[in-house]
Amino acid sequence: MNNHQRNNMSSREKILSQIKTNQPDYQELNVKFKFESLYENLYEKFAEILSFVGGKALQVNSYEEIKANIRVLYQGVTNIATTIPELSELADFSLNVADPHDLEMLNLVIIEGDFAVAENAAIWVSEKHLPHRALPMITQYLAIVIHKSDIVTNMHRAYERVKVDETGFGTFISGPSKTADIEQSLVIGAHGARGLMVYVMD
Amino acid sequence: MLPDWKLKIILKMSSIKIDHATASLKFNKDEAHVDWHDETLWFVRSKRDKAVFQISEWEQLREAGSQIKNHVLSNMYNLLVEFEEKATANGITVHWAADAKEHNEIVYSIIKNEGVNRMVKSKSMLTEECHLNDFLKEKGVEVIDSDLGERIVQMRGEAPSHIVLPAIHLKKSDVGETFHKHLGTKKGATDPQYLTEAARQHLRDTFLTRKVALTGVNFAIAETGGFVVCTNEGNADMGVHLADVHIASMGFEKIIPMVEHLGVFLRLLARSATGQPITTFSSHFHKPRAGQKMHIVIVDNGRTKQLGRPDFRSSLKCIRCAACLNTCPVYRRSGGHSYHTAIAGPIGSILAPNLDMAQNADLPFASTLCGSCSNVCPVKIDIHEQLYKWRQVLVQEGHVPTVKKVGIQSMASVLSSPSFYRTAGKLGRFLMKNTPFITNNNLNIWYQQRDMPDVPKESFREWYIREKVN
Amino acid sequence: MKVALFIPCYVDQFYPNVAIATLELLEKLGCKVIYPLNQTCCGQPMANSGFEHLNKDCDNNFVNNFKGFDYIVSPSGSCTLHIKQHLHGSDNQASTFIREHIYELSEFMTDVLKVEKLEAKFPHKIGLHQSCHGQRGLKLAQMSELVADPFSKTERLLNMIEGLSIVELDRKDECCGFGGTFCVTEEAISVKMGKDRITDHTKHEAEYIVGSDVACLMHMEGILKRQGSKVKVKHIAEILNG
Repeated sequence: MNNHQRNNMSSREKILSQIKTNQPDYQELNVKFKFESLYENLYEKFAEILSFVGGKALQVNSYEEIKANIRVLYQGVTNIATTIPELSELADFSLNVADPHDLEMLNLVIIEGDFAVAENAAIWVSEKHLPHRALPMITQYLAIVIHKSDIVTNMHRAYERVKVDETGFGTFISGPSKTADIEQSLVIGAHGARGLMVYVMD
Repeated sequence: MLPDWKLKIILKMSSIKIDHATASLKFNKDEAHVDWHDETLWFVRSKRDKAVFQISEWEQLREAGSQIKNHVLSNMYNLLVEFEEKATANGITVHWAADAKEHNEIVYSIIKNEGVNRMVKSKSMLTEECHLNDFLKEKGVEVIDSDLGERIVQMRGEAPSHIVLPAIHLKKSDVGETFHKHLGTKKGATDPQYLTEAARQHLRDTFLTRKVALTGVNFAIAETGGFVVCTNEGNADMGVHLADVHIASMGFEKIIPMVEHLGVFLRLLARSATGQPITTFSSHFHKPRAGQKMHIVIVDNGRTKQLGRPDFRSSLKCIRCAACLNTCPVYRRSGGHSYHTAIAGPIGSILAPNLDMAQNADLPFASTLCGSCSNVCPVKIDIHEQLYKWRQVLVQEGHVPTVKKVGIQSMASVLSSPSFYRTAGKLGRFLMKNTPFITNNNLNIWYQQRDMPDVPKESFREWYIREKVN
Repeated sequence: MKVALFIPCYVDQFYPNVAIATLELLEKLGCKVIYPLNQTCCGQPMANSGFEHLNKDCDNNFVNNFKGFDYIVSPSGSCTLHIKQHLHGSDNQASTFIREHIYELSEFMTDVLKVEKLEAKFPHKIGLHQSCHGQRGLKLAQMSELVADPFSKTERLLNMIEGLSIVELDRKDECCGFGGTFCVTEEAISVKMGKDRITDHTKHEAEYIVGSDVACLMHMEGILKRQGSKVKVKHIAEILNG
C-alpha cells in the first residue's frame, strides 16, 4: 500500500464516520413517487415532443419504407452504417472496428431503440443495441428504429420496464444534440448527432 | 450613478473584498446590460413555467423529490457504503476525498498514471468548487472544458456565472470576439450557428485525441453502483467513450437509493432547469468499457459539516438545476460573478457560508427574502428561510460590519421603547419637514434615486388620540 | 368582536391615512377597533438583518400591547408574517395566541369577516402589486411558481369596488426590491428592481399602483416621484374604505 492509498483509506474512514455522526435521524421513505400520465395517442405525443426537441418522427409499416425514406433524406451521403440486418444494403461502413476512434468518419448510423417514452421523446439504447458506446454521438446524423408498441407513457413506466444495469452502459436519447449557450439561441447539433430521425414501425 | 468616493464609503461598511453589494453596483452601471441579462434569465424561468404547467402532478412530483432526498440525508452512511460496494464489484475504482485539495491530487495522480498531460472535462460544478483546472494547470496538465458555455468562459479566463448556463452573461458579440481570438473564426462574426460549428470542429478534435476524460455526476445509484450524467450537447459521452480513462467527480450528496427514483428526478431536472422535458442524453454508467478504466471520486469538502447543521442540511438536497437562479430578481440583476463563489444565486448563498463564513457573509443578505426560489426548487429546499437563518448565524459569529451592528442596536433600543420611539419619530418628522437637507443629501443612500416620503402633519397615533380617545 | 389595530412604525409616522382608512373600514364592517397606544414595531428590521436575538424587549412590548383581543389586524403583510413566524415574548401563552390570531387586512376581511360586498367607488385603472411576504408567506394569493389554481384574496376584494379595473402585468408577482434594510445595503439592485416593477405597471397603463404593504409602496413612490411620474401609489385600505 503506497502513501496515497494509506491517506485515502483514512479519508474514507474520516468522511464516513463524520457522516454517521452528522446525519439526521433515520426517516422512512414513505411517499408516492410514481404517477400516471394519460395520453390519448402515445405515438402522437411522442412525435409532438420529438419535434419540440428538434427531432423528427415518421410512422412506417416496413423496413422497405425506411430504406426508401433514407435514400431520399440522405441522398448522396456516404459512410452509412447500421446495426439492423434488414437495412444492411444501405450501409457502406462497417461497424466491425476494434477502436471507437475508427468511427470518426461516420455520417449516418441507423440503430434500433429498445423502447421510447412519450412524455419526453426519450429512447433507451444500451450496449444490447450498440456495438460501441460512442456510436450515437460520434455520428454526424442518427436514425433510430422503434416499434409503436414499445412506446410507454412516462419515465416511471420506463424504469419499470428497463433494467439499467443489464449492460455496462445505456442512455436515454431525446432529440439531436443541441446547445443554447450562445446568447440563448438554440443551435441543433453541438457535439453529438446534428439531426435525429426516428422511424416508428407498427 | 454613484461616483467612486461614495463607493468607498459603502466598501468601508463591509470588510469583504468585492462583496456582492459593491460588485452589483458595478454591474448596474450599465443599465441596458442589466435589462438584457434580466430578460434573458426571466425567459428561462418562463420556459420552465411552460414546461411544468403541462404536468398536472408537478407539485406531487416535487414532494416526492423532496422526500426521497430527505430520506437520503437520513440514510447517507448506508447508501454510500452500498454504492461503493456495488460500484467496486462492477470494476469501478472508488476514491474518497476529504477536501478540494485531495480531490485534485487524486485526479492528478490518475492522469499521471496514464502517462499523459492532457484531459477533456465535461461540466462539473464540483470541479469549479475545487478549482481543479487551476491546480492541474500548475502541474502542467492541460484541461479542456467541453461544454460549450464552459469552453467559452475558459477561453476568456473567466469563471462560469451560472450553474447550467455558464456563459449566460455574454452576448454573441463577446463570443464571436473570443472565438476569433482563439479559434480563428471570422472577425465580427456573431451567428450562433456559425460559432457553434467552429466550436464543434475544435472540440471534436479534443474528444478524438484525449485519453482521459472527466465528468460530473448528476445522480449516483446506491442500488446498482451506477451513476447518471445528463447533457444536451453529448460532450460528456463524446469524451468518455473515446477515452481510456473515465473519472467521475461527485459530491457525496448526489447519491439516491434506487433506480426507480430516477423516474422522479429525471422528470424534475431538465424542466426546472431549462424547460425541456429531459436532456438530450441521460447516460447511465455501470461498468467501464472493455479495456477502459473508470474511477469515481467521492468528495466531502465541507458537506459533512453542512450535513450536521439542522437548519441548513437540506441545502444538500440540491440537484443543481439553477431554477432558483433564474427566478431570483436579485441574481438576474447582479449576475453570477457578483457572488464571488463557484455556485451563485440563492442556493449558492446558503451553501457558501458553510465553506467560509467570513468570505461569504455578504451572500445571505443579497436577497429581499421574496421566497420565489423556494417555490421553484424541485426538491423543496426552504431556501429563503435558510437565508434568514444564516443571517442570524453570521451576526452571532461576528461577521457583520461594526457600522451595521451599531446601527441595528440603536434601532432595536428605539423600537423597543414606546416613548423613545415616539420622540424619535416626532423629531425625525420635524427635521425632515423643517430642515429637509438633513435627509435630502448625498450621504443618504435612500435619497440617491428615491425621494423621501412626504411628511404628514401628524402621526396616526396623534390623530387617534385626538379623534378617538378624546 | 374586539380587534386591535397594529400599525407598522413607518405607517404611523409617514402614512397615517392608510391607518385611518384601515380603522374606518374595520369599524364600517362591524368591528370594535382599538389602537393600543404603546405599540412600536414588530421587530422585522432587526430580525431580517440577523439580529433577532435583540428583539426580546420589542417582542414583550408587542405582547403587552396586543394581548387580550379577539383579533389583531394590520395593513401590512410583511409585519403580520413576521409576528406569525417570529413572535416569542416571555409570556408564551399570550405570544402563541397572538401568533394564531393576527391577520393582514385583506385576509381578515376574506377569512374572518367573509366580506362579499363593499360600497365604494374607484373608477381607475390600477396595477396590483402583490407584495411577496403577504403573497408567499401569508398565502394572500397564488404564486406564479406553483402549478395550482389561481386565487387572490386582495384581487377579489378590489373587484368589489365600482369602476375599478386591474391591468394585467408581464410578471405578476415579481418582488419590488424594498426588502427591508436591503433597500439601502443593496441600493443599486433595490432601485433597479423598483424601477422595473413600476415599468411593468406603467406600460400597461396603470394610473395607480396598489398594494397591501406600505413599505413596497413607499419604495416605489420614492422612485415615481423622482421620475416626476403622474402615477400614484395607494394602499388597498384607502380604496376599500371608499
